[in-house]
Amino acid sequence: MLEGKKIAILGDRDGIPGPAIEECIETTGADEVVFTTTECFV
Amino acid sequence: MDLENQQRIKDLADKHGAENLVVILGGAEAEASGLACETVTNGDPTFAGPLAGVPLGLACYHVVEPEIKAEIDDQVYDDQISMMEMVLDVDAIIEEVKTYREKYSEYK
Repeated sequence: MLEGKKIAILGDRDGIPGPAIEECIETTGADEVVFTTTECFV
Repeated sequence: MDLENQQRIKDLADKHGAENLVVILGGAEAEASGLACETVTNGDPTFAGPLAGVPLGLACYHVVEPEIKAEIDDQVYDDQISMMEMVLDVDAIIEEVKTYREKYSEYK
């Protein structure tokens, strides 16, 4: 499903941070992570 | 979803094509995750940001959803996500994000 796709990651400081998701996505068939951020709702 | 990130997502959809872009969420709460999913599929429901009235229809999943989890290396998922997964209300998050995706996403 992620094969060949561009990925935008909206992480959450109180949930799963962006870099942790990015590490995971790099093990899939996704083409490229084009944006990663970690939002903070405080 | 903050206004700066709305603009980034809009720009990326323009640049790469909405059909080629997948948004992956890491939100701690079901409601906030659902709101983010709604924003990148149907537009900003608060009408405050660049995605107000802009239904991009993007594919959008939370990282704990089975469709995404299945594609990630088990060991890396365990190292990076499992700890937080135990304290999040995963069922509620999945339900909320899925609801908006099925309603508004054009590229599931």
